[in-house]
Amino acid sequence: MNPVTSNPEARESAAGKPATEKDRWLHAYRQMVSIRLFEEQVNDLYTRALMPGLAHLYSGEEAVAVGICEALRVDDYITSTHRGHGHCLAKGASPDRMFAELLGKETGYCRGKGGSMHIADPATGNLGANAIVGGSVGIATGAAFAAKNLGNDRVAVCFFGEGALGQGSLYEVMNLAQLWKLPVIYVCENNQYNEYTHFQETTAGTILGRAHAFGIETDIVDGQDVRAVNKIAGGLIKRARSGVGPAFLQCDTYRYSGHHVGDINREYYRSKQEEQAWKSDRDPIKVLGSWLIEQRHSDAASLEEIWYEVRKEMESAVKFAIEAPYPKVEEVDQHVYA
Amino acid sequence: MPERELTFAQAVREALAEEMRRDSRVCILGEDVAEAGTPFKVLSGLVEEFGAKRVVDTPISEAGFTGVAVGAAMTGMRPVVDIMFGDFITLTMDQMVNQAAKVHYMSGGHWKVPMVMRTTLGATRRSAAQHSQSLQAWFSHVPGLKVVLPSTPYDAKGLLKSAIRDENPVVFFEDKMMYKLKGPVPEDDYTIPLGVADVKREGDDITLVATSSMVQVALGAAELLEKEGISTEVVDPRTTWPLDEKTLIDSAKKTSRVIVLDEGYGRYGVTAELAAVIAEGAFYDLDAPVKRMGAMHVPIPFSPPLEDATVPTEQTVLEAARSMCGNQ
Ligand SMILES: Cc1ncc(C[n+]2csc(CCOP(=O)(O)OP(=O)(O)O)c2C)c(N)n1
Ligand SMILES: [Mg+2]
Repeated sequence: MNPVTSNPEARESAAGKPATEKDRWLHAYRQMVSIRLFEEQVNDLYTRALMPGLAHLYSGEEAVAVGICEALRVDDYITSTHRGHGHCLAKGASPDRMFAELLGKETGYCRGKGGSMHIADPATGNLGANAIVGGSVGIATGAAFAAKNLGNDRVAVCFFGEGALGQGSLYEVMNLAQLWKLPVIYVCENNQYNEYTHFQETTAGTILGRAHAFGIETDIVDGQDVRAVNKIAGGLIKRARSGVGPAFLQCDTYRYSGHHVGDINREYYRSKQEEQAWKSDRDPIKVLGSWLIEQRHSDAASLEEIWYEVRKEMESAVKFAIEAPYPKVEEVDQHVYA
Repeated sequence: MPERELTFAQAVREALAEEMRRDSRVCILGEDVAEAGTPFKVLSGLVEEFGAKRVVDTPISEAGFTGVAVGAAMTGMRPVVDIMFGDFITLTMDQMVNQAAKVHYMSGGHWKVPMVMRTTLGATRRSAAQHSQSLQAWFSHVPGLKVVLPSTPYDAKGLLKSAIRDENPVVFFEDKMMYKLKGPVPEDDYTIPLGVADVKREGDDITLVATSSMVQVALGAAELLEKEGISTEVVDPRTTWPLDEKTLIDSAKKTSRVIVLDEGYGRYGVTAELAAVIAEGAFYDLDAPVKRMGAMHVPIPFSPPLEDATVPTEQTVLEAARSMCGNQ
């Protein structure tokens, strides 16, 4: 897995010419399939009792992470959440070291110390996933503060679920970001549920109204349409990079599985029909696939081939992780201090 | 008639249900406490009996709903807030430490805050650094708060009922790993006063003072020590504040050797305070310095072999006790 493939501008410069529209969207397609099949393996590892702890799957939400990360440079920053595998992959991490982290192995991104909810990777600008809801809003805003002060024109994207709208610190940092015109994009992944509760039962007023109150630029997009997400995010990122200030983007989306891998019986909070409707009518990979075929950028067989290749890649990544050693116990008190 | 057995989780639920039946001012506030009954399913069934007005789902706003509980407690209700993972208490700190803990004192005794915060502690669930901590020392440090650490289903029910009836803010820590532990729990309406330790096992050669999750570890180690001819007493303070100093000191005087165990970080933690109390109170009767055992001074790692190395186990307690008693 090439760690910089998430970055169109890096690919452009490497190739010496801009990637074609076709290449860009085929790449986005592959990235979304990677996330889908990564999560399929995670679920399988959990079911086979090979993975310690729990994991929160990103399946169904792929277009958000991919649409946004495809509009970022490799040196731009992201912060991620407990449901972070998609952000991590979309920003360019490799699945083998991610699986190794999920299994607590030495070759994992964090030497096994972090696990599913804490993957961080400086090489791809990933400041880290976070197991505290809303826990990274300060970090992302701080990265934007540093970018502005150091004058390196980087942008920070703060991914969070709509559940984080409940956390007061979000409102403190949005105020700072707008006061100081910081290059940060707050990306609210509205997958409709805070754990086992519909967001309308926890959220008064409107989502965008919150950012509006600070005078922050806002937008809302169909989070199942990767091209739409990419287009809107691209504009907001460009704007932030040029110093105009922060933005808030609401992406409406849906998680296909339970809140975590163990959340199997969930009809008490949402129906099977609802889940099925999102899967059959608004699947982000199908949506892009149909468009690619319509535009004659690809055909069913070539897309099928992508699935096949990615599946192979995921299988060998899992094998790598299973065969990797655990860290030595003596490592336990290393890295407490820098 | 054989004694009825309940799990730890069932005992907590029964205490809440009984107190809610007894006193209509008692209500529950927290994330996914109603239909979901919390991720640990500890509260399952309560919303069905008491309705959504008394078992209230909140947004993910720990600081906000804890503050609401403080205000509601001051003005006639008896809220029980649910903080899913003990790690998230950090978000409620101003409400608990600067508000709830101080209101009664600062107002010269005019206002009181009869509320309970239920939360969890404990590692080894492979939940990593932000979902595994045991932060009871934080609240134990603050005058005005009471802190309860039950270690059996029986204690959980009796202590929670006392906590709810208490006129002060009480923080009640439940060990996540213990929810399925079974034990005898009477059906009657009993309470256990806050501030009374319990001798969980009697012995003569060494005392293990242990809280919450560490009580089972201490009892397991005591079994092993027995086989080596070391008679071990296990004392559970049950509350870190108020603290039953006398029972701890008496046991120390009797056995002359003490190890203190708590799953919080070993440094500047509950064990330090308990060890100091014992050292001050039983100095001339001790044959060895009081030893502390707690979580290693590191953020809890995810990787299973690393995580397992961070907490005291029957084996590490056995070794410590053995060497303190001069057997190797
Ligand atoms: C401060 C805090 N409170 C509660 C939790 C427990 N928790 C983990 S995920 C979650 C729901 C988050 O919902 P949302 O932000 O919408 O993200 P999603 O899971 O839908 O991606 C909750 C309550 C937590 N991790 N952190
Ligand atoms: Mg959500």
